[in-house]
Amino acid sequence: MTMAYLELKNVSKTYEDASGGTEVLSNINLTIEEGEFVAIVGFTGSGKTTLVNLINGLIKPTSGEVLFKGVPVTDTSHERGVIFQNYSLLPWLTVGQNVYMAVKEAFPKESKEKLQAIVKDYVAMVSLSPAINKRPKELSGGMRQRVAVARALAMNPEMIIMDEPLGALDALTRGNLQDEILNIWSKDKRTALLITNDVDEGIYMADRIIPLKPGPNATLGPEFTIDIERPRDKTSLNDNETYKKNRNAIIEYLMDIGNERKSVSNETYELPEISPKSFVA
Amino acid sequence: MKQSITLNKITQLMGFGFLKPITVLFTGKPQKEDIVNFLKKIIVPLLSILLFLGVWQGGSTALFNKEANFKIEKALADQGQEAADEMRACIASGEISCQPNTLPSPSQVWASFKTLLEDHKVISADKLAFKEKTAAMNEKRVAAGKDPITYTGRPSFVDQIFTSLKTVFAGFLLALVIAVPIGVVIGLSTTLRSSFNWLIQIFKPVSPVVWLLLVFMIVKTLTKDSNSDSAFIISFISVGLCSMWATLVNTAMGVSSVDKDYINVAKVLKLGPMQKVFKVILPSSLPLIFTGLRITLSVAWMVLIAIELLAQSPGLGSFVWEEFQNGAIDSNSKIIVAMFIIGIIGFLLDRIMLTIQNMVSFNKNEGV
Repeated sequence: MTMAYLELKNVSKTYEDASGGTEVLSNINLTIEEGEFVAIVGFTGSGKTTLVNLINGLIKPTSGEVLFKGVPVTDTSHERGVIFQNYSLLPWLTVGQNVYMAVKEAFPKESKEKLQAIVKDYVAMVSLSPAINKRPKELSGGMRQRVAVARALAMNPEMIIMDEPLGALDALTRGNLQDEILNIWSKDKRTALLITNDVDEGIYMADRIIPLKPGPNATLGPEFTIDIERPRDKTSLNDNETYKKNRNAIIEYLMDIGNERKSVSNETYELPEISPKSFVA
Repeated sequence: MKQSITLNKITQLMGFGFLKPITVLFTGKPQKEDIVNFLKKIIVPLLSILLFLGVWQGGSTALFNKEANFKIEKALADQGQEAADEMRACIASGEISCQPNTLPSPSQVWASFKTLLEDHKVISADKLAFKEKTAAMNEKRVAAGKDPITYTGRPSFVDQIFTSLKTVFAGFLLALVIAVPIGVVIGLSTTLRSSFNWLIQIFKPVSPVVWLLLVFMIVKTLTKDSNSDSAFIISFISVGLCSMWATLVNTAMGVSSVDKDYINVAKVLKLGPMQKVFKVILPSSLPLIFTGLRITLSVAWMVLIAIELLAQSPGLGSFVWEEFQNGAIDSNSKIIVAMFIIGIIGFLLDRIMLTIQNMVSFNKNEGV
């Protein structure tokens, strides 16, 4: 049996608080092979960001194991590049400086000229060369997200982890960036994990789609394999039978668990007998 | 056109946005709205200044009359009608010896201001002459290993201003050097923050006077066997200690409340602890640190006057106190002159800090 590239075994995460804590994720089992593009779709607030942070090493699981190339994940690593949901650029640095900071950490032994060249390349790749000396506040949302993409990729990670990277963008920019990310992924055959709330985006980009049942106690649902040949064409995709079938199946599944959630929370709460205090009498 | 753009930018940055109508009038092509704007933003404030002077003039006249009537009535009660008439005539004639001592009018203050400037000219000329006269002798003294003779005459009003500025900057630098590093360290560690919080909370509200006394106790002993200028040391240390709290609290708050996203970035990029502090935490807390420094400088200037007054160290504070003790006919108006100078310098210092603060802050705060 070959070793999985990334493996999550019975992973649970509980956030402790005064009343004992809430289990956000429970019993997550996930295997990703090298070179695969996997998308996880889920509702907002279903614990997607927690899952991402577990995989990139920002937080540790309460129980279970996260294995990256067979080794438990205990800390962040340059091998796993992260594109955050909210860009997370440092506002006091220019575009170039933001990318340079990452590159310098990833390749500490390279000369300054070499690093500058890498920065230039990646900024050009996301077509932001004219804005290389601008600060994030002077950029639009889409441009900022492209900087975040450039920063993550410039470190040349083996695996790209994306936490709803395109969530805040308009449809057009979104489409362009999807293609850019796919391009980069297929060029060096990296491994990619995309977290999204957009089923269409998942089907367009990924090899496999796994829904995340909403939290608390979020867990992964059955996976859907997307057998559509690459490169995929966005316009003809709408008429593709596999696409339609998968799309309907996933949406139906998500709707079902959505309804389930509603019926689960049918509890009635008893309100205490109180009325506003009068300050007059 | 380019020039007017940069001019506007500079005035905006310095918080002099209200000057924009003037720069527009002189540098661009004024439109009708610009003229209305000019009236609103320049003419109305000018009217408010006139109103202020009017109220001041009216008030000082009323106080003058009250004081004069009291004097005349007193003369009448003590020495009879003749003395009262004499007093009335004396006051009306403007004779210095019998002028009522009360709030001076704007024109008196302006006259005192000019006197003070004249006085400064006289004193600086005197100083220069002294320097020339003693230059040769001092050279000999220095060669013989003795201290040179220095000018020990009375300082002029302008000299006092510069002494005060020197003290306030020394105090400000002391506050900066103490408060920023401690604030950073406290901000980084929750343990240190909770263990030193009591100290900050207790000493923050302590009055400048008490700080002065504390510093006096310590410095007096420390400088026992040296003949350095302990009044200056005492006053600048007290100013620093009084004013550093705002910077300390703001720095600690800025450092401890760095956006979690930035911390995550630092973790994902795997920055070392030093790099994390200098490349992520400090830059992101700079706006708050400078807010603290701005408060510190204005507090420093405010307490400086009180501390100089008490510590008998030279400067505007002791100038005010000496004039009050002096009780000469123009003492009151000199005090008012000092009041305006203190206010204007305080305002300018605040503007300088605001400019720096606007330059370092990355989320464009509007000047308050």
